[in-house]
Amino acid sequence: MNRKGRSSLPSKYVLMGLTLVCVMLLFASYATGYSGEPLRSVCNYIFVPMQKGLEYVGDVISINSNDTKTKEQLIAENEKLQAQVDNLSNQITTIRLEQSELETLQELYKLDKQYSTYKKTAARVIGRGGNNWFDTFTINKGSADGIKPDMNVIAGSGLVGIVADVGKHHAVVRSIIDDTNNVSGMILSTDDNCIVSGSLKYMNSSNVILFSGLEDKDDKVSIGDSVVTSNISDKYLPGLLIGYVSEISTDTNKLTKSGKVTPVVDFKHMQDVLVILDLKETGK
Amino acid sequence: MMEIKPVLKQIIVTFLMIFISYILQTTVFTKLELAGVVPNFLIIITTSFGLMRGSKYGMGVGFICGLVLDCFSGSYFGIYLLIYLYMGFLSGLFKRMFYGDDIKLPLALIAANDIIYGILIYLIMFLPRKRFAFGYYFFNTIIPEAVYTILLSIVVYYIVLRVNQWFDKDNKRSGKGLV
Repeated sequence: MNRKGRSSLPSKYVLMGLTLVCVMLLFASYATGYSGEPLRSVCNYIFVPMQKGLEYVGDVISINSNDTKTKEQLIAENEKLQAQVDNLSNQITTIRLEQSELETLQELYKLDKQYSTYKKTAARVIGRGGNNWFDTFTINKGSADGIKPDMNVIAGSGLVGIVADVGKHHAVVRSIIDDTNNVSGMILSTDDNCIVSGSLKYMNSSNVILFSGLEDKDDKVSIGDSVVTSNISDKYLPGLLIGYVSEISTDTNKLTKSGKVTPVVDFKHMQDVLVILDLKETGK
Repeated sequence: MMEIKPVLKQIIVTFLMIFISYILQTTVFTKLELAGVVPNFLIIITTSFGLMRGSKYGMGVGFICGLVLDCFSGSYFGIYLLIYLYMGFLSGLFKRMFYGDDIKLPLALIAANDIIYGILIYLIMFLPRKRFAFGYYFFNTIIPEAVYTILLSIVVYYIVLRVNQWFDKDNKRSGKGLV
């Protein structure tokens, strides 16, 4: 029951033709950074509105599954949380003291409080990447809202990732835990630089990502130190919190150290993120 | 007008199914993940259509699935296109072994495709970056994804089967239609 036009063309020729198209697209994408603009904008109009709606349905479902805890679990959790509250109120007192000290010092040094002066815009996560290998997600703002590639994305307290691709009303964000992602980081306490790289393996098994190439001759860096984005990174703004050192070991070359970082952001339950509209100035 | 109508209907219905699969895969099912993985609906759709309607149709479906994934992946454009294209084509080669209600062949094929897909992704995008622990990825990402996908494909396959029977009926009536 073939149509006349089609039956004359064996499918292997169709396959060869389409393969050629794919290879050309891949080559174009690799060589010139072409990313299928017209196709993308079509996708943009078809898929993004639906994702926006259904992500909401998904949220409702996931909330419902949380409702099914037993009474004992709730009591245990309550006790745990109460202990945590006490602990945290203690910490707040200490931090308040430190804060006032910091403010005095900052005034003295006339330091610009960079972190709060970045222009930000809030966006909602509307879809995850299409497979289990990469950690990308789609947000509901795009070039029409002033989003550009390489803008930094944060959520609450720390760095989430970087804008990889922009459509008119959506953008694809590659998170820092994605296996292909590398961030130039810095240990806050010692100002030593290192490379923080995402890892599918360690993120899945123990919720950590890796750091490497840390020069720490005097063994000053210890577990629990904050890791922030470094000043020398060419895409990430300086001083954004990535996470805390959770494991550290000396490399076989005896010069550098590597280890693991626990990210501060909860990547599994992320719903809203902030996109920093300032791009890093690299003088290029 | 009568000649073009069934063809048009098939294209629209198929596209709609790809559309729904993709949306489910990236939204609702990311909240329902088991063992840290999300099932791969697009593989089920590509494989089932390829198996039921032959290589050309499989290629068409695979092409669209790959295109959509590429549009939202944020990495090199064309990788998923190529993988899904071949997946559709190869599934189509099994068409002569296909007998409607027998679910063993489609399930085996979907599982095989999903595992091959996982291995390819590893070889193309993980191995070149010195991620050598293949065993880990195989048992923690590839196999769970295949298992979850197969579980869901039992349902999805019958939906595709019904749709296919409906297409066939149309084709018989008008004597036209896509292969």
